[in-house]
Amino acid sequence: MILRYTLKTAISGLQTHKSRSLLTILGIVIGVAAIMIVMSLGQGAQNLILSEIESIGSKTIVVVPGRQPKGPSDIISTLITDSLKQRDLEALKIKSNVPHLDDIMPVVFGSDSVARGNETYRPTIFGMTDLFAKIYGVYPSEGRLFDNDEVKSYSDVVVLGSKVKDQLFGADDAVGEKVRIKGKNFRVIGVFGQKGQLSFMNVDEFIAMPYTTAQQYLFGIKYFNRIIVEADTEANVPQTVYDITATLRNSHNITDPTKDDFFIQTQAQAMETVGSITSIITLFLAAVAAISLVVGGIGIMNIMLVSVTERTREIGLRKALGATNKNILSQFLIEAIILTALGGFIGIALGTAVSFGASYVLTHFLNLAWLFSFPVFAAALGIGVSAVVGLVFGIYPAYRASRLSPTEALRHE
Amino acid sequence: MNSSPLIKVQNLEKTYRDDGEPTPALRGISFSVNNGEFVAIMGPSGCGKSTLLHILGFLDRQTEGAYEFEGRFMDSYTDEELAHVRNKKMGFVFQTFNLLPRLTVLENVKLPLLYSGIKESFWNEKAKQAIESVGLRHRMDHMSSKLSGGEKQRVAIARALVNDPQVIFADEPTGNLDSKSGQAVMSTIQKLNIEDKRTIILITHETYTAEHAQRVIRLLDGKVESDKPVDNRRKSNEFEK
Repeated sequence: MILRYTLKTAISGLQTHKSRSLLTILGIVIGVAAIMIVMSLGQGAQNLILSEIESIGSKTIVVVPGRQPKGPSDIISTLITDSLKQRDLEALKIKSNVPHLDDIMPVVFGSDSVARGNETYRPTIFGMTDLFAKIYGVYPSEGRLFDNDEVKSYSDVVVLGSKVKDQLFGADDAVGEKVRIKGKNFRVIGVFGQKGQLSFMNVDEFIAMPYTTAQQYLFGIKYFNRIIVEADTEANVPQTVYDITATLRNSHNITDPTKDDFFIQTQAQAMETVGSITSIITLFLAAVAAISLVVGGIGIMNIMLVSVTERTREIGLRKALGATNKNILSQFLIEAIILTALGGFIGIALGTAVSFGASYVLTHFLNLAWLFSFPVFAAALGIGVSAVVGLVFGIYPAYRASRLSPTEALRHE
Repeated sequence: MNSSPLIKVQNLEKTYRDDGEPTPALRGISFSVNNGEFVAIMGPSGCGKSTLLHILGFLDRQTEGAYEFEGRFMDSYTDEELAHVRNKKMGFVFQTFNLLPRLTVLENVKLPLLYSGIKESFWNEKAKQAIESVGLRHRMDHMSSKLSGGEKQRVAIARALVNDPQVIFADEPTGNLDSKSGQAVMSTIQKLNIEDKRTIILITHETYTAEHAQRVIRLLDGKVESDKPVDNRRKSNEFEK
């Protein structure tokens, strides 16, 4: 049988039942569109996160207290583990221990209310050193950052994120004014420019102060939540990681590496981790979306069975005119595949449009550095899966059609 | 011209077993039809004439007995071979026309060519020839659903002719037509026999229609009641005037 005529027959069959055909393929359309959207947004989110990790700097090494997290409970434990202490900081600063260390900055963080007069706000409070500006490339747009002397002397000075400043001071000048945290007055010496999300913190919504001050007056702790190390060159990062590990194990008297009470993150490692996590999430969501394809496939099967019944006489006639079972089988199979492929194409168009719209909103209204990406893989997957769905769910009705006895089919009313 | 008959059935039996209880439709039928013959099969409804036509037309298989087509037993054909013979050597005309309403006249007539293995470049020419031979050239591109009953049946005849078959099976071809259209259709069918020397097997319950044939086989309760030549054969040109 000539394929072109089979296609023509199938298409004219679908045209006679336009609304029915459209409703039938809706399941496929939604399934493919959902896969496209999930994959596209997943890719975009991954790119965004990766670019933020990149912004940390490739020479940056982060030491995290606690065991390497294997699950959500481990992540929480890293926040309350007190394994990183002042003596670790001192040990790491010794040149012979970590020769390629360029700079080192302990970080503590927590959350507390900040008040100015009647205005209060609850930002994240970061205790750090002035190295922060160098590592993250974030400088105050007004005033200045605290210096090393102020860190050493437990100075009660703070630098506000732009949103914190807006909340507490509105249009007023903040630099030189006082804010109250935990009943203690702090002098505002600077305000950061608008910066947004930056790796694990949102600079706009945070307050920076010397880590010594934060430990002493706010959190009442003697340990650090992070130690951030800058290596002298990117090439020396692995060696530095090795040296830090050895120094901390020595300082903590650890001989068995599986008992480490800290772990080390580098940019390369973080990118790998984030990449694999977002890929897993994306795939998982795509799998959920794929369920709708199966549902759509059942819809296709249903309508194909209806079509076989409706066209029983036609099948009988075609057989009388010389069509073999194979001819009839392929006719109905091709019809089912056309239906699903059509659904696949519409789904891809819809999915692309929605993902593009979403990326437009994200870039124009939320100021995220979001890049629209057309997931070629998802498109191919969508088309492939929907064709397979058409094949799988089309086979049974087509087989039923092909097995009809011509005499009975011709008698069918 | 042929020594052996085109169609030969012996003790043909067909029993339906749809709902447990066996229902005999044909109970031992024997006759043969020569190449070029025009045979009418008559009988009251339920006598088994449609069942017989379906078996003769390779649309169904007998339960007992033997059917030879061109000297070969039907039992030896596979389903695929049956389809091939139906396509190449047999043409069907049904009481209800069985045209596909969404297709034009030309497309309907082309339908058997889809399964013929004939090159597509010849299809138009062959289909147009067949349509011209039934006098519907002016209707070629009309949707078949827009035609009158008589025209539809002539399209069906053109469709039956398109692969140049040896035998045409017509199942009550005038049953759904008024008498004038019926006459035109019978005139077309008779012309196929007289001018083109095609074998025609026609089912009808009207004596008037049957008289266009050379020979009438009467069935009653699944058996041959009589098998006689038509004494005073009607000629189609009688009606055309």
